Amino acid sequence: MYSGRLVGMALLGAMLGTAAIGAAQAAEPPLKVGLLEDVSGDLAFMGMPKLHGSQLAVEEINKSGGILGRQIELIHLDPQGDNARYQEFGRRLLNRDKVDVLIGGITSASREALRPIVDRTTTPYFYTNQYEGGVCDASMISMGAVPEQQFSTLIPWMVQKFGKKVYVIAADYNFGQISAEWNRKIMKDLGGEVVGEEFIPLGVSQFAQTIQNIQKAKPDWLLTINVGAAQDSFFEQAAAANLNLPMGSSIKIMLGFEHKRFKPPALNNMHATANWFEEIDTPEANDFKKRWHAKFPDELYINDMGYNAYNALYMYKALVEKAKSTKLEDMRKVIATGDACIDAPEGKVCIDPKSQHTSHRMRLISVGPKHEVTVEKDYGTIQPYWLGEIGCDLTKKNDKDQYTPSHLPSKS
Amino acid sequence: MSAELFSVFYQFADVFAFLILSAAGLAIVFGMMGVINMAHGEFIMCGAYVTVGLVNLGVPLPIAQILAALTAGIIGMIVEYLVVRRFYKRPLDSLLATWGLSLIVTQSMLLIVGSAVRGIGTPEGSFAIGGYTFSTYRLVLFGCAVAVLAGLYIIFMKTRFGVIARATMQNAAMAKALGARTGRIYSISFGIGTALAGLCGALYAPTMTLIPTMGATFVVESFVTVVIGGANVLLGTAPAAVFLAMIRMALNASYGQIIGQIGMLFAVILIIRVLPEGLSSVLVRRGR
Repeated sequence: MYSGRLVGMALLGAMLGTAAIGAAQAAEPPLKVGLLEDVSGDLAFMGMPKLHGSQLAVEEINKSGGILGRQIELIHLDPQGDNARYQEFGRRLLNRDKVDVLIGGITSASREALRPIVDRTTTPYFYTNQYEGGVCDASMISMGAVPEQQFSTLIPWMVQKFGKKVYVIAADYNFGQISAEWNRKIMKDLGGEVVGEEFIPLGVSQFAQTIQNIQKAKPDWLLTINVGAAQDSFFEQAAAANLNLPMGSSIKIMLGFEHKRFKPPALNNMHATANWFEEIDTPEANDFKKRWHAKFPDELYINDMGYNAYNALYMYKALVEKAKSTKLEDMRKVIATGDACIDAPEGKVCIDPKSQHTSHRMRLISVGPKHEVTVEKDYGTIQPYWLGEIGCDLTKKNDKDQYTPSHLPSKS
Repeated sequence: MSAELFSVFYQFADVFAFLILSAAGLAIVFGMMGVINMAHGEFIMCGAYVTVGLVNLGVPLPIAQILAALTAGIIGMIVEYLVVRRFYKRPLDSLLATWGLSLIVTQSMLLIVGSAVRGIGTPEGSFAIGGYTFSTYRLVLFGCAVAVLAGLYIIFMKTRFGVIARATMQNAAMAKALGARTGRIYSISFGIGTALAGLCGALYAPTMTLIPTMGATFVVESFVTVVIGGANVLLGTAPAAVFLAMIRMALNASYGQIIGQIGMLFAVILIIRVLPEGLSSVLVRRGR
């Protein structure tokens, strides 16, 4: 009996050995990249560049030999801006297709819908948008800019240039609410005043009352963090009513390319801080734009979401090749060294070990009456420092939580 | 003070125009003909896209808007002939058929025209009263809404076509027996309804972002207005819009857009509960 089991184990070992050799000799199976981006529905105009950016990166990486010699297979599903579909498709990609990495999501609502599902797996998840910040979750790597890179630069500049009174128009969901909270905190630190805040349900397109509320409150400038095609109608209606106030935002121009979608001068005097906008004029950026437009000649604008989506695949490649593994824990060991960097079209960007967010070179841009974009200030590289400062350290502890200025980690 | 008063009127006029223009076409198609037209928003979108397309070709805005309304009307008559005609006795099936149509149209537009089209800009013109500045074009919209109401009243109450149309909607078999060409009446009525939807899109096109799903922003308001207007469409839609506009305007001004939207829909629930026949049932009874 004993010897029988031994023989069996030896046989099994021999079989496994040959199987391993066989796999090494045959072509490696492709790496599966699951992508969830809206290419229909209210946010399709932003999601399309994200899909294109991913496709461009996959094509380039595959042409130059893939990742660790394996080709990439991109599996894209379109959740159509519906959070329930995000969850359904997320489960399908993670559990049925068994993707090696999950990328995507536009709104913060869709990201928060996906995150608990990703957390139950060991699959890495890349979120490729700028957002309201604060997610401290070991499964998630954030490629976009966060408030300490966008608001902590933009708001002091707006206060200094235009004045201390701000009126906020924000989309009524977690992104708008938490961004408005950031604005309140930064304005308080600066001794400024928030003279009005209005939260708009997604899909609302009529703003005559809002415009008059703004005129009644007499702000020096507006913070516009309204989201989606319907809410963007605000700009046209405000221009028609001759509202004529300076505006600041963390999502306009580089993300929603309103200056390309609206007739000038609707976006005149808009300001934003961005790590990418198509008007960046450096050799690396121009080379990137040339490759993009060669593949997608009809692209109206290469927005920062599409750009970050492109970078996400190169960052994934860098992490996998340094870790020599597609496992999340091995990739995180690379991140923990602080050496997870790529040379992106904006310059070198690195993942911060504590928060798994990305450093960015930030520039403040403004839009003129003919919708021309000018760079007002170059801040250089800004680290995503806030989460680390408040006590999120993913190298030690996985919080799986989203923090805001009013929801900080409990001191333990 | 006068600035505040004018501001209140302006806000009321703005919401009223939005409700009337988005609901007028549906009032005929759904209210009179009983077709639950889920593609109503897509006819609005059609009007908007045709307007922007024509303006980009160099056609002056007002002419582009009229042509856009006519285009939506003609497409409506084709749709009536090909699809809707088969469902007059099956209202629930017409809901499915037109919903399917709506999905096909929005997705096709996305594939053919793309996810975003560059806007054409609102016609210049603003004026100041007190500390406020207003867009002149919004008052033009209000004027158009009143004109649409007047036009509908004249067509359906004062013309021969209107009498026959109302007779057909009430009792098609009897109207046919008396010599009315009911098929044509249905076709023309549906065409007028979709032309008005197209007009709504054409009028709002300069003020909005154009995307294939833009019709959705109008659909809830239009159905709600028609439903609480009640069975008598011509007498119901206008007071329904006045009533909803007052509620929404007051709540928007005091508590913001979220409460404005919730409050308006809450009022709708109340009215349907208290007056299942809609506002026109009260008005018509008083009139008798």
